[in-house]
Amino acid sequence: MSDGFNLRLRRPRPSVVACSPTLGALGAVNLMPACFAKEDALEAHIARSSRRRRAVSVLLRWLTYAAATVTAAVLLFVVGYILVRGVPALTPDLFQWEYTSENVSLLPALASTVIMALLALAMAVPVGVGAAIYLVEYARRGSRFVRLVRVTAETLQGIPSIIYGLFGMLFFVTACGWGLSLLSGACTLAIMVLPVIMRTTEEALMAVPDSYREGGFGLGAGRLRTVARCVLPSAVPGILGGVILALGRCVGEVAALLFTAGTVAQIPDFGGQGIFALFDSCRTLAVHMYTLACEGLHVNEAYATSVVLLILVLLLNAAMRVAAQKMEVSKK
Amino acid sequence: MTSFLKELANEMSVTAAAEVPGAAPAPAKMAVEHLNLFYGDFQGLRDVNLTFPENQVTALIGPSGCGKSTLLKTLNRMNDLVEGCRVEGSVLLDGADAYRTLDATDLRRRVGMVFQQPNPFPMSIYDNVAFGPRSHGVRAKADLDVIVEESLRAAAIWDELKDRLKKNALGLSGGQQQRLCIARALAVQPEVLLLDESTSALDPISTAKIEELIGQLKERYTVIMVTHNMLQALRISDKTAFFLLGEVVEAGDTDTIFSAPIDPRTADYVAGRFG
Repeated sequence: MSDGFNLRLRRPRPSVVACSPTLGALGAVNLMPACFAKEDALEAHIARSSRRRRAVSVLLRWLTYAAATVTAAVLLFVVGYILVRGVPALTPDLFQWEYTSENVSLLPALASTVIMALLALAMAVPVGVGAAIYLVEYARRGSRFVRLVRVTAETLQGIPSIIYGLFGMLFFVTACGWGLSLLSGACTLAIMVLPVIMRTTEEALMAVPDSYREGGFGLGAGRLRTVARCVLPSAVPGILGGVILALGRCVGEVAALLFTAGTVAQIPDFGGQGIFALFDSCRTLAVHMYTLACEGLHVNEAYATSVVLLILVLLLNAAMRVAAQKMEVSKK
Repeated sequence: MTSFLKELANEMSVTAAAEVPGAAPAPAKMAVEHLNLFYGDFQGLRDVNLTFPENQVTALIGPSGCGKSTLLKTLNRMNDLVEGCRVEGSVLLDGADAYRTLDATDLRRRVGMVFQQPNPFPMSIYDNVAFGPRSHGVRAKADLDVIVEESLRAAAIWDELKDRLKKNALGLSGGQQQRLCIARALAVQPEVLLLDESTSALDPISTAKIEELIGQLKERYTVIMVTHNMLQALRISDKTAFFLLGEVVEAGDTDTIFSAPIDPRTADYVAGRFG
C-alpha cells in the first residue's frame, strides 16, 4: 500500500532518508520523521489532486450539460421541424372518410393504425406476459431452457424489422394464404414485439422482492394466487412500460407491413364483412407517410401525416400512463 | 406410551406443583427427528432432534449461519422454494409427517410464519389480513370482516388501524407493519407460529410491543422463534435450543440453558464469549 503510494509521490525518496540520521540511529525513532515527511507529501499530494479533481469535475459537469442540451435540442428541432412543415398542410381534405388520389386523406390510415396496433398487442401481450411469468415464477431459475429462451428473445429483439416482414410474407401471406391483410400484418407485428414485451415483463417480475413471494407462500397460498395477487400487481408499471414500447414499434413500423399488410388506403370494412375484414389489405399511418413521401407529389401532406402520427403516439402513451396510475391508485 | 407418560407427569406434577409451577411436560406440538438438511453439497443441519411443546415459546439461538433459521424454514417447508435443498429425517406436526403425508400449502396454513423484514403486500391493510382467508376460500364479506378484526385485535394493533383499513399497508411504520404481518399470519388460524428474528429490524419500543404480544399469543398458539438477542430469548421463551454449526448443542428449559448450561460451548455463548 505504502509502496504504491510512494511511487506516485513527486518528492524524491532520499529526502526522507536524509533527515532521519539527524534524529538518531534507532529504527523506532527513524520511523517518526519518515512519517512526518510522508504526511507533508500526503498533504501536498492531496492538495494537488483535489485541484485536479475539481477541474475534472467541472469539466465533466459541463460535458453532461452539453450532452443533455444536444439531446433536447435534437428532439426539439425534429418535432419543431415536423410541426412547422406539417401543421400548415393539415387541411380538412386530409380527414375525408374516403381516400382518393386527390385528397390523399389520412383518415383510413389512422383507423387502420389503431386497429392494427391493438390487434397486434392483443396477440402479443398475453403470450409475452404469460411466457415471462413462466420463466420467472415457474421454471427452475437459471435452467438451460430459461437461458435458451432468454438468448432467443434477445436475438429476436435485435433482428431488423424487414426480416420479420419477409418472414410474414412467406408464412402468413403465402403459406397461410391470408394475402396482404390486416391479419397478416398484425401477426407479423405481434411476433416482432413479443420479445420486447416478454423481456420487459421478465425484468419487472424479477424486480419484485422475493419477500412478497415468501409472504404469499407462507400463508398457504398456492403459486398461481401468489403470483397473481402478490407479485403481478407490483410489476404492472414495468409491464406497461414494455407495452408502451411495443405500441411505439407497432405504430412506427413500415418495412414489415409493406410486405404483409399492403398499401390499400381503406378502413377495413368490419361493418360490411364482419370478421372477414381481417383479410382486407390496409395501410397504417407510417406506411401512408412512406408512400406519400416516395411518390414525391404530396410531401407536405406527408409532413401533416407525421404530425398526426406524433399526436397519436403521444395520446396512446398518455392513455397508458393514466391506466397505470389508475391501477396504482386503486391499490392504495 | 405417551398417555402413560402423561399420567406419570400428572401424578408427578401433583407432588411437584408447589415447588415448580408448570413443570408438567406439555405435549409436543411439533417435533423433528434425525433431521439432516443439505444445500447442494453443503450440510446445513446435522442430525437435529427437537420437540416443540404446545402453547410454549421455544427460542432457537446461536451465532449467524448456525442453521437456526434453516430449521425454522424446514418446519413449514419454505425450504421447498430453495433450489438444491434436500431434507432427510422427519418433521412431525401432531405426529403427522410434514414432508410425506401433509400437503405443503395445508402445512403452511397450520404453521404460519413471520419473517425478519416486515413484508406486507402492496395492498390495503384489510386486504393484507384477508389475503390468507381468501386464499383458503373465505369469500363472504361479513366473515372476512370478523376475521380481519379478530386478527388485528389478536396482534394488538386493531385500535391503531381500525380507522384506516382501506389505506395502503406500505404507509405504516416498521413496527406496525410487523404486527400487521403477525395479524396476517394469525388470520388463517394457524396452530404454530414461526418467528424468524421478527424484531431484529425494529426499534426498541416496537420490539417491546411484539415481545408482549408473543407472551399473549402462546395461550393459543405454539410459538417457535429464532433470535439473535439472548436477553429476548431469556425474557419470553420457555424452552431454548442452542445451535452451533448446524447441530443442536443443548436444548431444554430456558432458565436451565441460561443459568446452568451443561455444555461449555453453551456457557460461553450465553455469557457472550463468542458468537
